Amino acid sequence: MLRLEQRLGYTHKGIEQRMTQLAPLQAHRLAGRVSGDSTVAYAWAYCMALESAAGCQITARAASLRALLLERERVANHLGDLGALGNDAAFSFGLAQFSRLREDWLRLSKDLFGHRLMMDCVLPGGVACDADAPAQERLRLQCDALEAEVRILHGIYEEHAGLQDRFMNTGRVSPVLAAQLGLTGMAGRASRQAWDLRCDHPWPPYAQLQVRMATQANGDVAARVAVRYDELFESLRLIRGILAELPTGALCQDLCLPEQASRGIGWVEGWRGEVMVALELADAAAQHRILRCHCHDPSWQNWPVLEHAVIGNIVPDFPLINKSFNLSYSGQDL
Amino acid sequence: MWKIVKQIVRSGIRTEPAPDIGAAAQAEIGRIQRDVLDILGRALTIRMVDAGSCNGCELEINALGNPYYNIEGLGIRFVASPRHADLLLVTGPVSRNMETALRRTFDATPAPKLVVAVGDCGCDGGIFGESYASCGRIANVIPVDVMVPGCPPAPLDILRGILMAVRRRA
Repeated sequence: MLRLEQRLGYTHKGIEQRMTQLAPLQAHRLAGRVSGDSTVAYAWAYCMALESAAGCQITARAASLRALLLERERVANHLGDLGALGNDAAFSFGLAQFSRLREDWLRLSKDLFGHRLMMDCVLPGGVACDADAPAQERLRLQCDALEAEVRILHGIYEEHAGLQDRFMNTGRVSPVLAAQLGLTGMAGRASRQAWDLRCDHPWPPYAQLQVRMATQANGDVAARVAVRYDELFESLRLIRGILAELPTGALCQDLCLPEQASRGIGWVEGWRGEVMVALELADAAAQHRILRCHCHDPSWQNWPVLEHAVIGNIVPDFPLINKSFNLSYSGQDL
Repeated sequence: MWKIVKQIVRSGIRTEPAPDIGAAAQAEIGRIQRDVLDILGRALTIRMVDAGSCNGCELEINALGNPYYNIEGLGIRFVASPRHADLLLVTGPVSRNMETALRRTFDATPAPKLVVAVGDCGCDGGIFGESYASCGRIANVIPVDVMVPGCPPAPLDILRGILMAVRRRA
């Protein structure tokens, strides 16, 4: 490949304008549909923006449950990607195995939280779901079962010469280029851009959880695969940690918006990278109408880097490189 | 190599005794499988079109390929061109920027062609509705045979919708 020119914007559907037509206490549903694979991250970022505008503090239990959902979303997406990356390198065994594990994961989410992708589980003031003692036990058991399975598959991926040959030095973004172009999130961490909001700016409950950041230096497909494996295992550890110390308290509380016009920001490390929501609300006389709401996806920074990552690679490696970034069209186009 | 074989044997065949979805749903998978063969007597080819979705529906359509639903085992295959397709599986509210592309895709599909609209947005515009940038539901742009509501609909519901479209034309 000598050159790649992306033409984005085809999925632009006017999300920012639509935001201004929704009530602030309803708009978390739209935020959760900016990019369906990051629904928890967006819903949390939106609610964080709204709660900071309102000066409302959610309970420790709600914060922990949100983190539980966010880490489960990260695991679900990494499972899907690890399978698809194997498949794009003609290793369909990987897809069969990982898609089976992902399905088990989504089914438990449906059982416990009422939705396979956990849409609308995070809402202003708290969460819409709970995890009682039997549910916690099921979540813990699933983490153990999944970890054992993924460890086996990790070993198989690592030792498979043909697969590693396709992964290594493919779609390379050097740390220098990554820094110049602002490569962010999970793909950034594979190119030594060692930033993770959960470590750098921990918000409750991440400060107590002591997240260990996954980083790699080579910036190739293999590095992005390695970061995914590391983050998957780390998320399983975090889920166990959250469950071990799940605080008691209310799940959701009423949100009281201020008399005057207000602003708020929400900033959350989703599975792809940092998701930010900036929110501006009108005063009470104008029913706290949303004046402006911008949802920012990490894909926005990372799409241009993909144009550089493919240069000099063979055409059959394009799907592989593309998948290793797995960027969102909808999140970029809004 | 032996580790791969061992893992395959250990995983077993997941398609038939899919756990946790209940006996009724399991029976339905078997029935759908028979119906597809009875009605089509051959493979069904599908072209998927993201007409502006949030990618939630795509995740569930992709899930149809996992060993639990094993859509390829039913003789249903996703293809890369509408010219090779019997059925269009369309997601999302149709963004203005995809309107022409969707019409052209429909025109390029050989008759008799089927269209299944997947997800609340495809059925009625969903939360995005109609605006300067969104044409709303799929039926506003091309004729739709079957609508599958849900945000996103579960894989089994999508499979059911595909079969309903096939059955209606049989």
